[in-house]
Amino acid sequence: MKHVSTKHQLYGWLLLLPAALFLLAFTYYPTLATLAKSFFSQGTAIRPSEFVGLENYTFMLEDDVFWRVAWNNVIYALFTIPISIALALMMAIWVNSRLKYKSLARMSFFLPTMLPMIAVANIWLFFYSPEIGLIDQVTAVFGVESHNWLGDPDTVLGCIIVITIWKEAGFFMIFYLAALQTLSPELEEAARLEGASRWYYFRRIMFPLLMPTTLFVLINAIINSFKLVDHLFILTKGGPDNASSLLLYYIYEVAFSFLDQAYASTLTVILLAVLAIIAIGQFVFLDKKVHYQ
Amino acid sequence: MTANIQRRKFSFSIESSAAYFLAFLWVLPLVYALWAAFHPAEYATRFELFAPLTLSNFATAWEQAPFARYFLNTFLLVTSILLVQFFLCTLAAYSFARFDFPGKSLAFGLVLIQLMIMPEVLIVENYTTMSNLGLVDSILAIGLPYMASAFGIFLLRQTFKTIPHELEDAAKIEGCSLWQILWKVYVPLARPTYVAFGLVSISYHWNNFLWPLVITNSVTTRPLTVGLAIFGAPESGVDWSIITAGTLLAVAPLLVAFLLFQRQFVQSFMHAGIK
Repeated sequence: MKHVSTKHQLYGWLLLLPAALFLLAFTYYPTLATLAKSFFSQGTAIRPSEFVGLENYTFMLEDDVFWRVAWNNVIYALFTIPISIALALMMAIWVNSRLKYKSLARMSFFLPTMLPMIAVANIWLFFYSPEIGLIDQVTAVFGVESHNWLGDPDTVLGCIIVITIWKEAGFFMIFYLAALQTLSPELEEAARLEGASRWYYFRRIMFPLLMPTTLFVLINAIINSFKLVDHLFILTKGGPDNASSLLLYYIYEVAFSFLDQAYASTLTVILLAVLAIIAIGQFVFLDKKVHYQ
Repeated sequence: MTANIQRRKFSFSIESSAAYFLAFLWVLPLVYALWAAFHPAEYATRFELFAPLTLSNFATAWEQAPFARYFLNTFLLVTSILLVQFFLCTLAAYSFARFDFPGKSLAFGLVLIQLMIMPEVLIVENYTTMSNLGLVDSILAIGLPYMASAFGIFLLRQTFKTIPHELEDAAKIEGCSLWQILWKVYVPLARPTYVAFGLVSISYHWNNFLWPLVITNSVTTRPLTVGLAIFGAPESGVDWSIITAGTLLAVAPLLVAFLLFQRQFVQSFMHAGIK
C-alpha cells in the first residue's frame, strides 16, 4: 500500500477544480435545472411560474407535433445510422485496399466532414430545387416529371436523411480505417490460402474483429441523430407541416420562437432520457460484447 | 488457377469502379458549388464546358454581408476555446493520470457524462444562465459551455498515462516544481495528442451552428456559420451563384488547410478516435 500524502491529494483536487467548475456550471447544473423546470409552468409578467406537477408532461403526450417529431426522429435514426455505418465500412475497406488512387478516394470521402452543415445545406438546397435542381435535371433526361422534393411531406425527410448520410459516412470511415490498419495482413493471407472467399473472410473474421469500432461508431451515430439539426434551418425549417422536424429542432422552436421555456425543458428531459438510455446501453454492452479481442 | 486469378482481377476492377463512382458522388456537391461560384449566374444551372469564368460572385458576396467581421469572430471564437481547453484539460488530465485522491473514479465518471450530454442538448437552460450572467450576444458566451471538454480530458489522460513515471521522478530530483514537470515533461511528450485534439476542436467549432445561433444576435458576435445562414436564407433573395460563392468563402480556410495537411488531419481524427 502506497502512502498518499494529504498534500498530494489536495493537488489532485486543485488541478481538477477549474474544469470541474466549468462542467458544473454548463453541464450538471443545466441538466438538473432542466429537470426541475419541467415541473413548473411558464411564468408570465402577471402570473409567476408555479409548480404544476406533471402537467407539462400530460400536455406533451397530447401534443401532436411532439409525436410527429419523435416519430420523425426515429425514422431519421433508423435510416441514417445503419446506412452511414455500412457505407463507412465499405469506404474504409476500399481505401485500405490496393486501390490505385486510394488517397484521392479517401480525401473525397472525408471532405464532407470538414464542411459546416450550414454550408452543406446551402449547396444541397440547389440539388433538390424543383426543375432547375440537379436531381430534376438528371431525372428529366429519363422523362420523369419534376418534383418539389423539399416541399412534399412524403419526400422531405428522405432528402434530409440523404444529406446526413453523405455528411457522416466519411467521418465514420476514419475510425474503421484506423481499426483496419491494426489488423494483421497475415489473417487475410491465411484465409485466402485456406480457400475462404472474401465475403467469408469479411463475415467471419474482419467484421467480428471490428466489433469494438462498430460499437463506438454506433454510439456516435445515435448521438448525432439526436443532435444534428443544423441543416433543417436552411433546408426546411422543419416543414412542410413538421414533416421534417426533429426533436432538437422542435425544442429550439418552442424555446426561442414560441418562448415557452417550461415546455422546452420538458422536451429536453425526453432528449436527456434518450441519451441516458444510450449511455446505460453502452455501459452494459461494452462490458459484455466488446471484449472480443 | 489462372481462371481463378482472372476472376479475382475482374471482380477487383468492378469494385474499383464502384469505389471511384462513390468517391465521385461524394465530391459532386463541392464540384457543383465551385462551378456555380466561378461562373455568371445564367450558367448556375446550365453546364457548358466553355462557359466564361468570373470572380464577380465572390466580390458581390463579400460586399453584401460583413464576411470580414464574421471571419474575425470565428477566429476569435475558435482560438479562445482552444486555448482555454488546452489549459483546463491539461490540468484535469494530469490530475486523473497521476494523482490519487478520494472520489477520483466518481469524478472521472462525472466528467465522461459530458460526452453524452453535449452543450447542444442544453441550449434552453444555458441560454438562461448566460442571460443571468449578462453574457448574451458575446463571443465568450458561445465558447463557455465547450471549454471544459470531456473529450479533451479523456484523450490527454490516456496519453499522460503512457508517459513513464521515471521521467517525472527524474524531473523532481532535478528540483522541478509541479508546473515545470507538467510544462517540460508532460506537455512536450503529449504533443501529437494536442495536435489531434486541436484539429478536431478547431474543425468542430469552426463549423458549429446551433448554440452560436441561439446566443448571438448581432454582427459583432456572429460566427461565420450563423452569418452564412442569414446570408443564404431564401428570404434574403440573393441568387444561387452568390450564395455558393459566399458559402465557399466561409469554408475556404478550413478546406484549404485540410487539402494542404490532409494526412495530418486524417491521422489526427484517427488518433482521437482510437483512444
